Amino acid sequence: MEVILRPKGEIGIMVEAEVINPETFACRSKEEIEGLVVWQGPTNHPLSEFFEVAVREDGSPEETSILIDGDVSRVKHIGHSMNAGRIEIRGSVGMHVGSEMSGGSILVKGNAGSWAGMEMKGGLLQIEGDAGDHVGSAYRGSWRGMSGGRILIGGTARSQLGGGLAGGEIVVGGDVENFCGIRQAGGFIIVHGTAVRGVGAEMNGGMIVICGGIRQLSPGFMDAGQEDGPVLGENHLVGIFNKLLGDYAISKNPKGVLYVSGGGVA
Amino acid sequence: MTFKNLICPVCGASCDDIQVDFTGDVITVKNACKMGNAKFQEVASKHRIREPFIRNGGTTRKCSWDEAISRAAEILTDAKRPLLFMGSETSSEAMEVGLHIGEYLGAVVDSNSTVCHGPTAMGIQEAGRVGATAGQGKSRSDLVIYWGSNPMESMPRHMSRYAVYPRGYWTRRGRFDRTIITVDPRRTITAENSDLHIQLRPNTDYELLSALLTMLHGKQPHPSVEEITGVSISLMEEMLETMLGCNYGAIYVGLGIASSYGKHRNAELAFNLVKELNSHTKFAIGALRGHCNVAGFNQIASYLYGYPFGLDFARGYPRYNPGEFTAVDLLRERDVDAMLVVSADLASHFPASCAEYMAEIPVACIDIAPCPMTMVSNVVLPGVIDAMECDGTFYRLDDVPVYFKPFTNSPFDFTESNEHTLRQIFEIVKRLK
Ligand code: SF4
Repeated sequence: MEVILRPKGEIGIMVEAEVINPETFACRSKEEIEGLVVWQGPTNHPLSEFFEVAVREDGSPEETSILIDGDVSRVKHIGHSMNAGRIEIRGSVGMHVGSEMSGGSILVKGNAGSWAGMEMKGGLLQIEGDAGDHVGSAYRGSWRGMSGGRILIGGTARSQLGGGLAGGEIVVGGDVENFCGIRQAGGFIIVHGTAVRGVGAEMNGGMIVICGGIRQLSPGFMDAGQEDGPVLGENHLVGIFNKLLGDYAISKNPKGVLYVSGGGVA
Repeated sequence: MTFKNLICPVCGASCDDIQVDFTGDVITVKNACKMGNAKFQEVASKHRIREPFIRNGGTTRKCSWDEAISRAAEILTDAKRPLLFMGSETSSEAMEVGLHIGEYLGAVVDSNSTVCHGPTAMGIQEAGRVGATAGQGKSRSDLVIYWGSNPMESMPRHMSRYAVYPRGYWTRRGRFDRTIITVDPRRTITAENSDLHIQLRPNTDYELLSALLTMLHGKQPHPSVEEITGVSISLMEEMLETMLGCNYGAIYVGLGIASSYGKHRNAELAFNLVKELNSHTKFAIGALRGHCNVAGFNQIASYLYGYPFGLDFARGYPRYNPGEFTAVDLLRERDVDAMLVVSADLASHFPASCAEYMAEIPVACIDIAPCPMTMVSNVVLPGVIDAMECDGTFYRLDDVPVYFKPFTNSPFDFTESNEHTLRQIFEIVKRLK
């Protein structure tokens, strides 16, 4: 089953639409999908107030795909908690896309707002443009962020990417800003561009690779030699990398590993 | 007439020893600092807002109280997503009413901590906090660390009343029994009066804290930290030795921690450092809260709704996510469409893009004097000055509630206090929606 949503025009106050989820759409008629409830501030509205809905045949959640044909940068929680099916967004998307998703896939052709893939457990979230803050991170006050699945970002990401990462993989094509992999306990982050500061701060496990150098290294990382073209899982890195272990600011025996190349450290 | 033991409604120190001679148009204040005295003078000030007014387009007109509060209520009920901003210079009782209006309407309610020590509160949520009341510090502390704070200018009586100069039970010689360290990129007067000034580069607090923790874990910090922070590792070692050698250390953090780059991550690490120092000696940490009752909103909102600031009631239950439901972000993203602002000059203190948006949407405000906020407001309601004209509760910098009594009455016959004004607005809101 394929459902096509076309935004009806500019959205003022942001809309919360966790109902845009292949499982919720599966086996529902066009009219039922149009009547699904979304929130704008404290009032709720039918989905059809913001989107034109078109449906092609029915099927199981695994086979359901949703195509959003336009910009939804003021729509939040698309694909929140999804665990099967596919969403493709041919534009930019608002906050919390794919938050807590556990399966299926989301493709964002444009940029994504903050908290993309927050506490994600599985599946694939691909953002071709830039991402905001807190990609794959934990919710406020929690130490456990993304625990499985993959996030691929073509462009840049801002701060706290992979905060509390416990499992899974995040790949960033461009640069990141501050506190990438803060409190990381497991999983793998690779940034092809540069990072500003706080990389792996308070990390106690897992691995981070920054190919373009770090401007301000966290002082709790200890030099552990250099490696030429290290092979890390499926990633074959090119060039010489400094290996560091840390973060000794958080524990006497931390298990975090950091590889830095390019601009070197500091 | 002379009034004694009044509470000062200006900064988080909530000094409770203010003496006032008040005749109706002349006020003489004793014991207050310069900042405190200036505010007490407002009670007899010529520029006080004495009646409500309404602004429509470019024109302003006086109006009746009933019209003003009805219009303020309509601004809230006509909106799709209103924002209530409870400024910190009013009582906890008024804040409570604001929160209830917010819950009733499914609005967003925020307060000054959103641009102040909000990140410190978030740091507490990440790491927990070893705290103490001001009296503990006074009686016990033989080491005081001002980190990113300058109390000589922002909380002038903090050093003399609570932290540095007073003779405590275990610090009988006052200042002579205490060591003072200031961590600040600037050479402030607090730094000049300290025994050790750690002059780090701006926005490197996180790295300095991280280096101290690393040393505490028996490792030498990465050598690049000297270049990054501008502080030598030997100086860090000296600082850590002083910290480990004291009997009771008190760290007072300011906005240098909460609002430099790193924000809640700086606060979180400072709390971690204090937690770990407690394995070696006794240490406590607290924030120097700027405005008198900025701690009050955090307390009231937390015990009523579970979160300290930036509460969104849109879905019928409180939600919290700084960056999504906080005032600056909502205004910048144009994600609210009306505001009620109580005792806060947001038009001066928020980023320009937020002030511009405030000028576009309907806004009602409660304030005591003309300011940029009253200039962008469509309805202006005269404010009553807490602790001078009405009673109520403030929370002091150490989260201790302080009940205050007035020395005069509200100058208005239409309202007794900001709490009363908000209650009147709430009544109309309930009738309308
Ligand atoms: S230190 Fe603060 S509370 Fe005390 S008198 Fe000065 S302004 Fe008022």
